[in-house]
Amino acid sequence: MLLADAEIRRALLRMAHEVIERNGDLSRLYLVGIPNGGVPLARQMARNLREVAGLDALVGMLDTSLYRDDALLKEQRPPLRPTEMPSAVDNRVVILVDDVVNTGRTIRAAMDALLDLGRPRAVQVAALVDRGHRELPIRIDYVGKNIPTQSGDLVKLFLAGEGAEAGAPEAAMKVLLLRGAAGEGA
Amino acid sequence: MQRGLLGIEGMERADIELVLETAFHMKEVGQRDVKKVPTLRGRSIINLFFEPSTRTRTSFEIAGKRLSADVINFSSSASSLSKSESILDTAKTLDAMDPDAVVVRHQVAGVPKRIADELAAPVINAGDGAHEHPTQALLDLMTVVEEKGRVDGLCVAIIGDIAHSRVARSNIHGFLTMGAEVRVAGPPTMIPARVEALGVKAARSLREALDGADVVMALRIQGERLSGAAFPSIREYAATFGLDRAKLRFAQDDAIVMHPGPVNRGVELSHDLADRRPSVILDQVRNGVALRMAVLYLQAGRRARAQEPR
Amino acid sequence: MARVLIRGGRLLDPAAGRDEAADLLLQDGRVAAVGRGMEAQGAEQVDASGCWVMPGFVDLHAHLREPGQEYKEDIASGGRAAVAGGFTSVACMANTAPVNDDPAVTDYILDRARQDSPARIYPIAAATKGLRGEVMSEMSALVDAGAVAFSDDGKTIMDSGVQRRVLEYSRLVERPVMVHAEDCGLVRGGVVNEGAVSTRLGLPGNPAVAEVVHVARDLMLAELTGAHLHVAHVSTAGAVELLREARARGVHVTAEVTPHHLALSDEAALGYDANTKMAPPLRSAADVAACQQGLADGVLDAIATDHAPHAVHEKEVEFTAAPPGVIGFETALAVVLELVRAGRLTPLQLAAALSSNPARILQLEAGRLARGDPGDVTLVDPERRWRYDPAKGHSKSRNSPWAGREFTGRVVVTLVAGELVFHADRGVLHP
Repeated sequence: MLLADAEIRRALLRMAHEVIERNGDLSRLYLVGIPNGGVPLARQMARNLREVAGLDALVGMLDTSLYRDDALLKEQRPPLRPTEMPSAVDNRVVILVDDVVNTGRTIRAAMDALLDLGRPRAVQVAALVDRGHRELPIRIDYVGKNIPTQSGDLVKLFLAGEGAEAGAPEAAMKVLLLRGAAGEGA
Repeated sequence: MQRGLLGIEGMERADIELVLETAFHMKEVGQRDVKKVPTLRGRSIINLFFEPSTRTRTSFEIAGKRLSADVINFSSSASSLSKSESILDTAKTLDAMDPDAVVVRHQVAGVPKRIADELAAPVINAGDGAHEHPTQALLDLMTVVEEKGRVDGLCVAIIGDIAHSRVARSNIHGFLTMGAEVRVAGPPTMIPARVEALGVKAARSLREALDGADVVMALRIQGERLSGAAFPSIREYAATFGLDRAKLRFAQDDAIVMHPGPVNRGVELSHDLADRRPSVILDQVRNGVALRMAVLYLQAGRRARAQEPR
Repeated sequence: MARVLIRGGRLLDPAAGRDEAADLLLQDGRVAAVGRGMEAQGAEQVDASGCWVMPGFVDLHAHLREPGQEYKEDIASGGRAAVAGGFTSVACMANTAPVNDDPAVTDYILDRARQDSPARIYPIAAATKGLRGEVMSEMSALVDAGAVAFSDDGKTIMDSGVQRRVLEYSRLVERPVMVHAEDCGLVRGGVVNEGAVSTRLGLPGNPAVAEVVHVARDLMLAELTGAHLHVAHVSTAGAVELLREARARGVHVTAEVTPHHLALSDEAALGYDANTKMAPPLRSAADVAACQQGLADGVLDAIATDHAPHAVHEKEVEFTAAPPGVIGFETALAVVLELVRAGRLTPLQLAAALSSNPARILQLEAGRLARGDPGDVTLVDPERRWRYDPAKGHSKSRNSPWAGREFTGRVVVTLVAGELVFHADRGVLHP
């Protein structure tokens, strides 16, 4: 295990503070989680923003599968995940939230998906874990923790315990590292 | 999921569920302002239609274009074609251009299968004779899931020309695989031999078929059979097997009415039933694009490798 | 003339009811002696140990396509394929182009056969002019030219009045009228057997009753006229039953069944392979069983191939558009041998169905191996395993439902008039 529930919650709280420090006009904030791992993190960040600054930030989820550059590489296509955007992105400051950023390709796909939805004022990226094997010039604005790994490893956020299925706030979070479990560039 | 989509017969339930779930996500894409995603950018899809069908061809074309594929329509009447070159020659010629998927419609059962046996590209059957029309059945299942929340345990009545209907066959296989009960009814001349072998119940009357049905599907009477000898007259067909609100009372109160289109108004369905609830005909059409996007997403680009036996 | 001694085999001579170990000496084109432990100085020796020594097979129903459709088959290629399958006598159907409804065509076929065919060829003439089912052909002149039977095979004489006259008139020449029994109004475009398979495939069905109705009519007409009716390619349990009853009440009727209708059911068509499309179509498993039983009971007299060559491009089309029929000479024995292995037929019954019975129906001097009979002999190794590849066969066409099939048992040697014309390891030996 790379990160336990308490560490994750601490990191998210710190990231919420950073978001507040960096953005002048907080009323335009729109947290967009990338399924699956980014969605519970985006929700937790929104809760943190409410507690810290009394802010009701919009939360959405955006599937990147149809924008991925590797979608057709395999015989069996990656399953699609829900996209639920409760509001237009125009003129919003969108923070893309993902559990792990590695090559940067998912963030690239998410930005393309986002730009097809409208014209945000700005796009920022928040990631719980940065593995650092960047293949594209993608910068992360809010990092939970930098964790160097092998490129063949799989690093992923898992929910456990009560309410895990539904992604309830009390579900325990953890980030696991599975050595050699991912293919090249995962 | 298997490469290519030739029919619903033999398709695993899990694969049907995968297609439906993918289709629901595709439907969300269709509700955006920009209804286009780059997934199949640079990919080409050939619509190979030997039988004219503006509706199905357009549906596949929109689906392909929403996924950013290049869609090439190749239409030819089989009669002019068979004189100059064989169907397999045509298909092989197109395959040599390395398409990522070939969508085939033909008026004779089995042609998409024969073509698929020869091609490296995955073949999607867009309707072959009286055999199968898998994407129609899948979009019908999608519509039922949307309306009823499930298929398992539902009672489905399919009414009309079962013998000559590919829509009926694909839907029979689809609904049965997904756990529904299926009944068929129509003029005895339009019920195929040993239809029970498909797993359905052949009802003796429209009323028996409708009794307690959750889903009522009326089939189109093909134009060339309107004047045929399989039933005495259109008036008699409409009176015995045409659906209207009065006859629909035998079905469940919340039964929905489906039709693959285009409707012969006053024959298969009364005018007002064709247009309004409980008919869901336009939802079927709408879901058709999303469903075909799902099929293209799951299939396009999966060309057989040269060493694989074809 | 050369002498051939066939030694050490199991002799199956159904005409004489013989099934025993015996040697066979052929001389001057005929059987010179039958017996055990024979020696023959200077004779060519054929080792038949482990083999069945049978009268050369007689096919009373084949399509050799010449004249007119030589791209599918001709008399030379058909004759070579025939002897490769053990057939030493072949009766060829009249649906050539031009139709064999004129003594000149009959002459032409026999002339070509004399020059090019290793098998003996017997033309069947059309029953009606142009196979149109309207006007009788000149039966007397055709028999004089060499026709052995009359048939509009491939088509059906739907007009019962015409059929009655054809049967009545055939009594003048005392030759069988062979009928392709299918009621066109019931077939109505059907391409596979009507039933669960046609329903699954979504292809138009051809109901069994189309054959049964027609056989019933022709049996009544045969009874009325006293003519010799021969029912070609029986495919249904209903027709077998009608034939059984008619035989019991003394109607002069004979019947044949094809290897494919004995071995394959309509489920073979589930892959839409046009090489499973025949007329009549492959029927249900129950029909197949009834045909096997009919053959075992003697209600069906003969096994006939209905060898029907079609070019690859003609079969590589939509199932509905493909011409019906399959080639059959080179696989016939191997396919029906399964019935012997399954205990449905004795080897002697099989020999009768392939030789003496069809010879009797066509009144040919063939199908027997007693002293003085023609030296037409087929040797079968019932244990030899082989794989059938139509591309390596002798027919010009490849439309077989058995491509790539592994078989046990095959024809290893064929002799016509005492001459070796086929050897499994050396091929067809004919100039």
